[in-house]
Formats: sequence, C-alpha cells, structure tokens
Amino acid sequence: MRPKITVALAGNPNSGKTTIFNNLTGTRQHVGNYPGVTVERKEGRCRHAGVDIHLVDLPGTYSLTAYSAEEVVARNFIIDEKPDVVVDIIDASNLERNLYLAVQLMELGVPLVLVFNMSDQARARGYQFDLDKLSRFFGARIVETVGHKGHGMQQLLEAVVATAREQDCAEAQPKSGGNLACRASIRGPQASDGRIDYGPDIEAELEKLTDLLRQSGFSGPKYNPRWLALKLLENDKEIRSQIKSPRLLERVDQSRERIEKRTGENPESVIAGRRYGFISGACQQAVRSTIEIRHTISDRIDAVMTNRVLGLPVFLAMMYLVFYLTFTIGDPPMDWIEEFFGWLGSSVDTLWPADSVLKSLVTDGIIGGVGGVVIFLPNILLLFLAIAILEDTGYMARAAFIMDRLMHKIGLHGKSFIPMLIGFGCSVPAIMATRTLENRRDRLVTMLVVPLMSCGARLPIYALIIPAFFPKAWHAPMLWIIYMIGILLAIASAKLLRSTILRGESVPFVMELPPYRLPTVRSVLLHMWERGWLYLRKAGTVILGISIVLWAMTNFPGLSPKQQAEFEKQRQMVENSFRSEPQKAAALLEEIDNRRAEAALESSIAGRIGRLMEPLLRPMGFDWKIGTALIGAFAAKEVFVAQMGIVYAVGEADEESESLRSKLQNNYSPLVGFCIMLFCLVSAPCMATIAITRRESNSWKWALFQLGGLTALAYVLTACVYLGGRLLGLGI
Amino acid sequence: MPLATVKAGSKVRFVNVQAGQALKARLAAMGLVPGSELEVVSNSLHGPFIVSVKGSRLVLGRGMAQKIMVV
Repeated sequence: MRPKITVALAGNPNSGKTTIFNNLTGTRQHVGNYPGVTVERKEGRCRHAGVDIHLVDLPGTYSLTAYSAEEVVARNFIIDEKPDVVVDIIDASNLERNLYLAVQLMELGVPLVLVFNMSDQARARGYQFDLDKLSRFFGARIVETVGHKGHGMQQLLEAVVATAREQDCAEAQPKSGGNLACRASIRGPQASDGRIDYGPDIEAELEKLTDLLRQSGFSGPKYNPRWLALKLLENDKEIRSQIKSPRLLERVDQSRERIEKRTGENPESVIAGRRYGFISGACQQAVRSTIEIRHTISDRIDAVMTNRVLGLPVFLAMMYLVFYLTFTIGDPPMDWIEEFFGWLGSSVDTLWPADSVLKSLVTDGIIGGVGGVVIFLPNILLLFLAIAILEDTGYMARAAFIMDRLMHKIGLHGKSFIPMLIGFGCSVPAIMATRTLENRRDRLVTMLVVPLMSCGARLPIYALIIPAFFPKAWHAPMLWIIYMIGILLAIASAKLLRSTILRGESVPFVMELPPYRLPTVRSVLLHMWERGWLYLRKAGTVILGISIVLWAMTNFPGLSPKQQAEFEKQRQMVENSFRSEPQKAAALLEEIDNRRAEAALESSIAGRIGRLMEPLLRPMGFDWKIGTALIGAFAAKEVFVAQMGIVYAVGEADEESESLRSKLQNNYSPLVGFCIMLFCLVSAPCMATIAITRRESNSWKWALFQLGGLTALAYVLTACVYLGGRLLGLGI
Repeated sequence: MPLATVKAGSKVRFVNVQAGQALKARLAAMGLVPGSELEVVSNSLHGPFIVSVKGSRLVLGRGMAQKIMVV
C-alpha cells in the first residue's frame, strides 16, 4: 500500500460536498484555481490508518457532459490526474437525480466510493436502503453519513483506504498471483462491470464504434473505448475535438442518424433516459419508501418565501436586515480597532525619540494607511457571515427566483442577481461569484456592472461627506439615494450592454431550488474566516504597499530650503511678538504649520499630479486636492478619506474627524460634496477589481473596457450634475 | 402542450424540449428526460416556474417552460 493517495470528491451542487470536505480536512486546505479556467480548486489533506490522503474537492456538477466549465474540469481531473479513489457525495434524500452522476462515474471505470449523505433526512422521509444490493449495482462501497453532524467520517475514510488498497491488489495480481494480504483485504463489492445496457439500437452502434476506435488505435490507457464511443454518440464537444480523423467522425454521425431514425429521438435523450432507467431499476430493487412525503417543510416555507405577493417584500426585508446588522453590530468592534490603531500611532509617536522620515513613514504611512482599512474588518466579516448563512440555508436560490422577473427585463436572469448582491460587500468576491452563470455573455455583463453596486469600501467616503454638507434629517435619505443611483446605473448599463456589444439571445434559465437546511456553525464560520483572511491579507500586502507609495508621493520632494527658512522666520516672529498671549500664539503657530504642510503638499509629487489633472477635473467642480485623493481611491476606495486628511494637513484624519469635515465645509459647496460621492461611486473601480475582472474574463480587453467605460460614465455624469446644479442654483 | 400552460398542482409527463444539445444534456442531468414525471409546484403568470422532478425542485424560466412539451 502506498503511503500517500489522491482522492477526488465529486457530487451534485447542494449535496453537502463542501461540508464533508471541511469535516475531513478542517483548516488544512488550500484554495486555488484550475489552470486556464476560473474554476476554484480546493485541496486539503488528512490521515487515516497510516495513509496520507490528499483530497481534491471537484466543482459541484450534475453530470460529466461538457456543458459547463465546471463539468469539463471535473471530468478532465478524473481522466488526466487519475485520482486513486473518486468519492461521489450523494444527497440520499434525493437519490435518483444524484445517482445520475454516480452512473457516469461508474461508466468511466474509476475506483468509486458512494457517500449517501444526509441519511438522517432520507430516513425521516421514510426511505430504507438495501446498501448491499445498491453497492453491487454500482460496483462501489457505499457509506452513510450525516455531513453537518460529522457522522460517518471514519467509515468514509475506511472505505476510501480499502478501495485504494483493493485497486493496488488488482494491479499487482496479474504479476504475483495475489498475495495473502491482498486476498484478505478484498471484501469489497463484487465488481460490477460498469456497463449499462443501452438497448439494442444503441448497443449495436456502440459496438461498431468501439471496434473502430480500437482499430484506429485511439483508445490507449487513458480512455476506455466503450466510454469514448458513448461520449461520441452523445455528441460530446470535448471528445469530438480530440478525434482527428474525419472518416471516424463521419461514421459517428452516421451512427447518430441511425439511432435517431430508429428511436425517433436524439441519441443524447435516449442515452440519458436509459441511465435513469438503470437507476430506477436499481432503486426499485434496493430502496423502499415507507411514507409518501417529500419536501414538506421546505415547501411550506417556500409558500411564503416564493409567494407571488409576499416574496418580494420578504426579500427586501431580509436585505434590509442584513445591512442593518452589518453596520450596527459592526460598530463597536470598529471603534475598538480604531482606538487600537490610534493608541498604536500615539505610542509610537511618544516612544520614538526624534522626528524623522522613518517615523513619519511608520505613523502616517503604515499605521494610518493600513489601520484605516483594517477598521472595516468587522463589517466585512458580518456581511460575509450573512451571505454564508443565506447561501447555506438555500435562500440565495429563492432570491434569484424572486428577482428573475425584474432581471429578465434587463436581459439577464435571476442568477445574475446573486453576484450583484454580494457586490454590496465587495466587488472582488462578487465578480468571482459570476462563475455560477453558464453563459459567457451573461457573465461578462454581470461582471462589468458589479462595481456599480456600492461596495463597503465606499461607505467611509459617504460617511465623511454626508455629515459635512447635509442637515441631519438628510443623512439617511442621502445614503439611500447614493446606493439607489448605483443600482439604477447598474440596471441601465446592463440593459445597454445587453442590447449593444453583448447582444444575444437570453439564455434559458434552469436552476435547482435546494431544500432549506440549517447551516452548520462550522461551515459558516469557515466561510467567513476565509473571506476575512483574504481581506486582512489585502490590507497587509496591497494596501500596505499603496500606503507607503502614497505617503512617499505626498511627502517628497518636500519644501525647498528657502521655503523652510521662510516658515521658520514666520514662526519666530509669532513666538516673539505674542509672548504674553500663549493661547493666541499657539493658534497662530498651528495655522502656520498647516500652511506649511499645505505648501509642502503642493510641491510634492502627488500635488504636482493633482495640479496637472486640475483642468480636467474643473468641469466636475473638483480642485487639485480632490484630484490627489482620487488617485489614492483608485488603489483602494477607502484610501480617499485618508488622503483627504493628509491633503488638508489635519494630521490623522479619519472619517469621524470634525476638523476635516469643517475644512471640507469651508472649502467646498454641498454640490461638490455630492459630486465627490457620485464620482467615487461610479468611476474607475479599484485596482483589485480590475485585476479580478481581468482574471475572470481571461482578457485585459474587458478589464480595461470596464475601467474606461465606468470612468467615462462617471465623468460625464458628474460634470452634468455639477453644471446642471450650478445652472439651477442647487447646493452652491 | 407546453409546460407553461400547466396549472400549479398538476402532474404531467415530459415529452421533449426544443433546445440545443447542450441545454438538452443539462436538463437531462437534472432529471428532465422523455417520460419522466413532473409536478408543477408554482406557476405565477409572469415570473419563472417551479417544478418538482425526481424529488428535487427546479426553477425554469418562463421562456424555458414554453419550449418544454408535456402530456
């Protein structure tokens, strides 16, 4: 027995695959991507009976056709990387549909273990399984588990190791004649030959094609010829493209035609029908259903949740609850983090003896920059906790169902709504969530408009601006208006894209509504932790880097010695002439320091860039100071606030600082304030968003289109609002 | 008749669907093959459709439900 084996986890979406994967590996997992495609690849490891087990969580699929990227990835992994055992996780309370994938795995001829997950629910619904019999039908060990309670994990690992061992023996036997240990260990099911009888019409054609494939030498160790022939009859694009001989393809087409003529249906449907026939035959013999109830509780909840009248209000209330909780529960820990960074900054300030460039870098650049971003960690964690709960309970699918009608009007369907919802948290996971959309056009449209859903990082900008310019009664409505503008723009842009460059037939909408389930604390927390960790890592790497760069840009090259001397002289004058009035002197000195900082900023790199941009920014009512902050906002939206603080030289500015607000109030009109928010909402998404769009769309073209398109839209829109507002005399 | 015209609560049998091969394969994987029984769970006149097939609930867009023929 080898000390190390590779095990692939396959299964339908919603079969509890991820829960079992988490149970087996805990936090010893690694998330990456399959090369070339944007399908997440999760790997982890565990140990059982002295064997190191390397687990790969394949994407959730309903079958092994080449319909979606996920299916191709799952199939190619099994064929190319040859895992020692494939474990198929099956929702035992929904057996027939789930066994469809199992049949296809069986036909591939891989060493298989079937997991009847959620067996408690299946039993509650009155199913009784004859596991021995089923196990013979599928030629695989079957283990019953209850994933969310962690039941059956040891048995599952035992079955995996036993199946791997058996495979070793089967390979060794031809040479050694089988040793004692091997013989003793083989207690597995009598191997079924992995064949389904497809009926005379198809079997005849299968036989012909199998012979042809053998003769043409295409089979080899990688593919079994019967499987290849079957896939060709099913008109599988992937497999067809690998057959180079046009003569062979011609024969395949002839076979397909003959089947169609004889059965009156296309071969795919006949083959799929036969597979289900095999499954229902097996179930008739090995599954007893004692009571006839299905889905009852789930259906009763759905009577309200997907109700024609109640569905939408319930959904809106849920969304409100999510945002409300995200921001109210998140508030106290945000204060703690803020206090901590404040304390850290001032401690460094007092402990560090002399003023120096390095000290300024640590306190202003690193602690100020990274701290300003880490403050939002509680928000991010809570939002992802809520999203994980909505996902794990199965409500997300209902939300897609409810929104389908609306989304249909803009040429998308309900599923596109889920990424948009996640976009309120952060565009990066939202764009990753577009993976669930099968159609590339739908996916691109959704990806391109997601940044218009106002993300969490833009909130500090609004929190800074709104109280500075608008009366208290307007605070909440103003915030709501900004969010609504984003949503409406997203809808309009999607409609526009769908009817111009990404035109095309709207794709039929098919989606499973999984039964409602109680989420497990473990999986929800794990999910939250994953996202939180990603965010912290971003703060520790990208944002740290940007903060240092921005700090340098706003601090260098600094004032010339002549200017320095000029300010020194002014200070001395004040100190000399107001000796008797220390309070007045202090106020004047502070003013001089502020002016000095402003002059330094103006001559800094950031200031110069801002100056260069100023003519361009004028139509929107922005000056060079806002320009420098906008550069920072491109790195990460939340940097805008910190940069405005530096620009206005009021030291450590955060979004609560009154002095920054009053400075803004003195320098800009409410109209400009509104324009800042509008521009930040619509314009260039942050660098991380651009990078993820590039990765997920697999082309720079779309990422740059998103960047350019949104910035142009923001520019035109903000300029119109500013000029229109001035003409009408609004808020100036 | 098209599935779209079937009232909630009725049980019907799938005949075929006018769709491309890829979509047909997808529907088959989700349990919609000729002969399979399905129950209409919800059919509100404009929005999407919920059907029950082989013990699972599927949401079908209205356009989809128009292309599926049942008896």
